[in-house]
Amino acid sequence: MKFNRIYSIFLRQMYLIKSNPIRLLSIFMWLIIDIFQWGFLTKYLGSFGGAVFNVVTVLLGSVILWEFMGRIQQGIMTSFLEDVWSQNFINFFASPLEVKEYLAGLVLTSVLTSFIGFLIMLLIAGLIFGYNIFVIGLYILPFILLLFIFGVAMGLFITGLIFRLGPSAEWLGWPIPAVMAIFVGVFYPIAALPNYLQFFSQILPPTYVFESIRLILKGDFNIGMNLVLGLVLAVIYLFLSYLFFLSVYKHNLKTGSISKFSAEES
Amino acid sequence: MAVVEVKNLTKKYEKFVAVNDISFEIQEGEIVGLLGPNGAGKTTTINMVLGILEPTSGKINIFGKNLKNNRTEILQKMNFAAVYAHLPTNLTVIQNLKVFGHLYGVKNLKNKIDELLKDFDLEKFKDHKAGSLSSGELSRLNLAKAVINNPCLIMLDEPTASLDPSVSKDIREMVKKYVGKNISSGLELGKPAVLWTSHNMREVEEVCDRVMFLSKGKIILEGNPKTLAKEYGKKDLEELFITVAREPLSLNNEI
Repeated sequence: MKFNRIYSIFLRQMYLIKSNPIRLLSIFMWLIIDIFQWGFLTKYLGSFGGAVFNVVTVLLGSVILWEFMGRIQQGIMTSFLEDVWSQNFINFFASPLEVKEYLAGLVLTSVLTSFIGFLIMLLIAGLIFGYNIFVIGLYILPFILLLFIFGVAMGLFITGLIFRLGPSAEWLGWPIPAVMAIFVGVFYPIAALPNYLQFFSQILPPTYVFESIRLILKGDFNIGMNLVLGLVLAVIYLFLSYLFFLSVYKHNLKTGSISKFSAEES
Repeated sequence: MAVVEVKNLTKKYEKFVAVNDISFEIQEGEIVGLLGPNGAGKTTTINMVLGILEPTSGKINIFGKNLKNNRTEILQKMNFAAVYAHLPTNLTVIQNLKVFGHLYGVKNLKNKIDELLKDFDLEKFKDHKAGSLSSGELSRLNLAKAVINNPCLIMLDEPTASLDPSVSKDIREMVKKYVGKNISSGLELGKPAVLWTSHNMREVEEVCDRVMFLSKGKIILEGNPKTLAKEYGKKDLEELFITVAREPLSLNNEI
């Protein structure tokens, strides 16, 4: 892996953002809208009193972490789509660039925009709704790591799908976080799900983050196994997603799709 | 020294044979024209040499090394420009050159970019977005990108398509000037080689040292562009091209 090649992919994305600041709006606008929406909702729910936990801390905290993961996934996907829309693959793949370097460049771009988005959310949540992410202590760090790894895995998986099926497959990428939120307990404990759906919860790494947050806020710090399970699962998903993208790339090498891949193809 | 050695190269898409058992070499300092009608297999061949299309069978050696096993090392010393390969249109000229300069790990990039802007007459457009350039300006930018890493091998797929004769002439001059230079490819110092496709036979005659005619995926003719037409009893290269496109089998009778 050569850093200069990863940097070139990152630089291209940064130039795109610089050239059109409206892109920044699309990156951060939904985050800001979401945080206000959920912030006021949690404040309203908290006003009833009688809850066994702090609604703002549990719900708003989970929403922020979930948005962070979703942004990582979508950041990778949209950076990839920029190359689809500009029909630029041939310039990159007929160069010394390796697939893993290309993907690392997309991840680096997504990390930057997602972390900026994360900080904006924390700032709004802290200033307006009194949310403090460190209320669960330093456990927040492995939680962020786990969600980051899984977000990258999902991002690679969906870009692989788009690379294989064509640009129209981008529509499979947008609803992934919303669909997954049903199973991973962002808004409610997974015990609220019917038993047959809890199987899906158990194989999805973010479940272990959100279940752990609820345990910690109830004073139960015995979450070590949750963290290990979640991290192991996230790394497995990352590895499988990378292999999937690689297999699609090799398939496209055989079919010639790399030079033909364009937004016009469906 | 052979910069490119292609042996028994074949590309099949299920039953359709796009490139059929072709073999050729390109020597150092040589500009070779790959000619043929649309669908003859020129772009398929170029894409295989660029490593973005996997051959069904056959071997491609570049700089004496197998492309499949030494892809990154070989592509570091190659580059290309093609009529269908768009540089990002929402980046400016200078941003495009910076991105591709980093991609190829160009040393002293700032100086290199200044030199390219001057050589390709792009200085006054350096802050213009690529999408706002005219066809001629865009072709010069594509060519500047194609030589940013001082490649020892350049693939040019119809680099002058849709350009006016004056801009086409400029492009040809730029390529010829580049091929005249000695380029360091690590340990060795030699003149770069070019594989050029075009449908403009006058241009081919002017630029290329040697031409290969492809028809239905096979190389059916090869030789000096200045004498080849006469060898086959044709008035000029254009007439020969038309015969290759319409009745390639008739050429066998004229040998």
